Amino acid sequence: MSSEELITQDDVTIRFAGDSGDGMQLTGTQFTATTAKVGNDLATFPDFPAEIRAPAGTRAGVSGFQIHFSSHDIYTPGDDPNVLVAMNPAALITNYKDLRPGGIILVNTGAFTEADLKKAELDSNPLTDGTLSGFRVVEEDINQRTMEALADTELSKKDKLRCKNFYTLGMIYWLYSRPLEPTLEWLQEKFKNKPELAEANAKVLKAGYNHGELLRLFQGHYEVPKVHDAPAGTYRNIMGNQGLAIGLVAGARLAGLKPFLGSYPITPATDILQHMSLLKNYDVITCQMEDEIAGICTAIGASFAGRLGMTTTSGPGLALKTEAAGLAVITELPLVIVDVQRGGPSTGLPTKVEQSDLLQAMFGRNGDAAVPIVACASPSDAFDCAVEACRIATQYMTPVILLSDNYIANGAEPWKLPDMDALKPFPVEFVTDPEGFTPYRRDEKLARNWAKPGTPGLEHRIGGLEKDAVTGNVSYDPENHQKMTEIRRAKVLGVRESIPTPEVHGAESGDLLVVAWGSTMGATRAAVERLQKDGVAAGHLHLRHIWPLPKGLPEIFARFKKIVVPEMNTGQLALLLQSEYPEFRFLKFDKVMGKPFRARELKAHFEEILEEKS
Amino acid sequence: MSVVQQLKAKDFKSDQEVRWCPGCGDYSILSGVQKTMADMGIPRENYVVVSGIGCSSRFPYYMETYGMHGIHGRANAIATGVKVANPDLSVWVITGDGDGLSIGGNHMIHSLRRNVDMKIILFNNEIYGLTKGQYSPTTPEGTKTKTSPYGSLDHPFNPIQLALGAGATFVARTMDVNPKHMKQVLQAAAEHKGAAFVEVWQNCVIFNDGAYKSWTEKAVRDEKTINLVPGEKMIFGKDRDKGLSTDGCRITVCSAEEASVWDPTVDSAGPAFMMTQLDNEPDMPRPMGVLRSVDRPTLDQQVWDQVGAVTGKKGEGTLKDLIYTPDCWVVE
Ligand SMILES: Cc1ncc(C[n+]2csc(CCOP(=O)(O)OP(=O)(O)O)c2C)c(N)n1
Ligand code: SF4
Ligand SMILES: [Mg+2]
Repeated sequence: MSSEELITQDDVTIRFAGDSGDGMQLTGTQFTATTAKVGNDLATFPDFPAEIRAPAGTRAGVSGFQIHFSSHDIYTPGDDPNVLVAMNPAALITNYKDLRPGGIILVNTGAFTEADLKKAELDSNPLTDGTLSGFRVVEEDINQRTMEALADTELSKKDKLRCKNFYTLGMIYWLYSRPLEPTLEWLQEKFKNKPELAEANAKVLKAGYNHGELLRLFQGHYEVPKVHDAPAGTYRNIMGNQGLAIGLVAGARLAGLKPFLGSYPITPATDILQHMSLLKNYDVITCQMEDEIAGICTAIGASFAGRLGMTTTSGPGLALKTEAAGLAVITELPLVIVDVQRGGPSTGLPTKVEQSDLLQAMFGRNGDAAVPIVACASPSDAFDCAVEACRIATQYMTPVILLSDNYIANGAEPWKLPDMDALKPFPVEFVTDPEGFTPYRRDEKLARNWAKPGTPGLEHRIGGLEKDAVTGNVSYDPENHQKMTEIRRAKVLGVRESIPTPEVHGAESGDLLVVAWGSTMGATRAAVERLQKDGVAAGHLHLRHIWPLPKGLPEIFARFKKIVVPEMNTGQLALLLQSEYPEFRFLKFDKVMGKPFRARELKAHFEEILEEKS
Repeated sequence: MSVVQQLKAKDFKSDQEVRWCPGCGDYSILSGVQKTMADMGIPRENYVVVSGIGCSSRFPYYMETYGMHGIHGRANAIATGVKVANPDLSVWVITGDGDGLSIGGNHMIHSLRRNVDMKIILFNNEIYGLTKGQYSPTTPEGTKTKTSPYGSLDHPFNPIQLALGAGATFVARTMDVNPKHMKQVLQAAAEHKGAAFVEVWQNCVIFNDGAYKSWTEKAVRDEKTINLVPGEKMIFGKDRDKGLSTDGCRITVCSAEEASVWDPTVDSAGPAFMMTQLDNEPDMPRPMGVLRSVDRPTLDQQVWDQVGAVTGKKGEGTLKDLIYTPDCWVVE
């Protein structure tokens, strides 16, 4: 095979793995940005180490970034990579098992000294002891090549070595025939004020690319043509947290309001606060408060004052916000509470994914305090779900919990931007007329009217004590409390009238219905499509609205012989569905390993279910 | 331009029956706040009163203003949201010694350091009133309460010291039984631009009656307290013949002529802090009045200035700008 040979593939998964200090996240995001521009569909999965400063070279310090890209539509970051880039022994040993047989492993031999092996707790060198038999191992001293490329540069040795991830990136760009321009432009912009670094990284990137060709390391290279049937439109590469941030700002605008975000940093939700803090010229106010309670309480205060209050957090923070969320329920103020879920309980697995806050979102408040719950499925779905949460909050005067997770938060994919005309406003109307005003006067949706401070003649008091349904004064009357409890419940259930019945993807009826929510959407859809290819009558139902559940579900459930609910928790949605629709049987399938489902494992499990006699 | 009507205290009375125990010190604070608000020349609809939970925190329901009765300890945080969202509002926080210093202690110090422009009135009755008589973070050591039947072991906070330590720009103290003094202090607080912290000694007739008696009773008040008036000599005593003088390290009693001038506007919080030491000395008068009053930019103002500055620089963002960023690409 000559080195020029160009092989066409239509679906590739690459995993970049190295020490936390090796810049693998940056390498991955650059490869992603370029691949998006090339016109492939893609999905990514960054896997950060839990420790910020795990000792260099250790297994605990390994940071990974996986990208799946393709000439057709894809839903997941890929099951098993075709290519593994391993920048040190720890990265190699913790990742090579996931590679598909015959896959390519690019190893940086510059980091394979005795000491490096020891740090990775290896007694022998996996490059020579047969560990990697069955894979195509490409060895390259990337450290050395980087130093050579920068031989006549002024930088310190340390700074030079830091460029090595761009050598790696260059090699992989060559291997998959990607253009260098997007990254070269990015370097220019990024190091505007440090041109010497821009130049050094560019040099190393080009060296990696050229050596990929010259050194004939790979026995040919590949192209992955762009998606041909991609729907026409404007696209942008989006990460989940970014999608939420701009969706929240857009949602407030569509409500005719200015957003106020009160928040407290917590992984993996912090990016939303960071991103929104940049958007000050969109009338955004952000306050980093002293804790999660203050975060939600400032948001409640801001909503009382006539902004759209929002607060962003992860599971432990949602727990702290519990009491205040109840205050927003009883005062019937609009509020969006974002929970980017991570592994629990307690601090749990802060950098890993789980969907285990669903029941906390559902029931985690004292008293009968139902709130609508919306869950996003992917980075590109985050925007729409954030807008939807703002719509429900303002139209129904209620706090809404918007669930995302770590996998969505840090994953990226191309997002087909909405047509501006398709973004339908849902403007809020504040009351200004004192005639007949009481704080709990309601519209036909049972939403109470909203009067903001500063409006003459509408002075009123709201608060945590139960209020009289008519006058809005404090009331301990038993009948009134019964009535107000029922009104609050009916109002939330009434949201159902404004949401569509979700469509079943795949078979409309048949042997198996897979009901999924949140980020299990992608892997579920892929698995169900594969089952269908095998001739199984399987359907996939994705639930964006967790509470209230949309109308029309029993009719769908009745069309399938079996129903299974895969979740990254021990069966929380299944429990909810089972109690709401006791006439059906919902099989659970759980995974709580801090990792997303793979389409392959889902398919295998579904096949087992199909074989079981019920 | 709309002419602001001269409001009266009664304009601030809501139609709700006030339900504190007869004789509770809260009544006089309610009337003091109503009088102060009426005199500020601020339209009634621009007042927002936010409270936490406690006897004292029922306050907003009795005020004909916008109001929120929040949750225990969180009034400062809720009020911060109100004020930052709309700096045109005059925002008042009503809290208790338990509400504001125990469960809400964290929000208290942070709202003070941020200098959010709001008036924080802390009703200090040295007891948990609403829950019927447990010791609070200001209850003196040794006090017998329902949860300290053999005497409280906790060392208390001095609220003034806490506020000073948190970087408050305005700190003052008054008492429920001296309405005239209270009005002066509340007015000074209302006129302060920034977080104004006012501790009000408040008698709980039911669970901690007479806690401040030895300082506040008419017969002893002039001897046992001293009213600190900015720019005036520190004079006290029934016959106003005694003064306090300080060498910067110590405070001593002297004649009225020799008394030092009180200045709460100095950069250092040191002198105010020194004054609070008098609280621990049985033979000295306790300081009342304005202990600190300095200027520092408020958070709410700065937040809006920053939004304005960034918008000025980047231009007002449209919904389209937000979504269609320069890094997008088109598929035909
Ligand atoms: C989260 C929470 N914890 C405890 C309580 C019970 N509780 C209500 S008021 C209060 C103490 C009030 O004391 P203080 O703030 O001094 O107010 P006072 O009644 O003395 O005016 C307590 C413990 C509550 N309402 N909420
Ligand atoms: S219990 Fe004490 S603080 Fe509460 S209302 Fe009665 S007297 Fe006032
Ligand atoms: Mg008290």
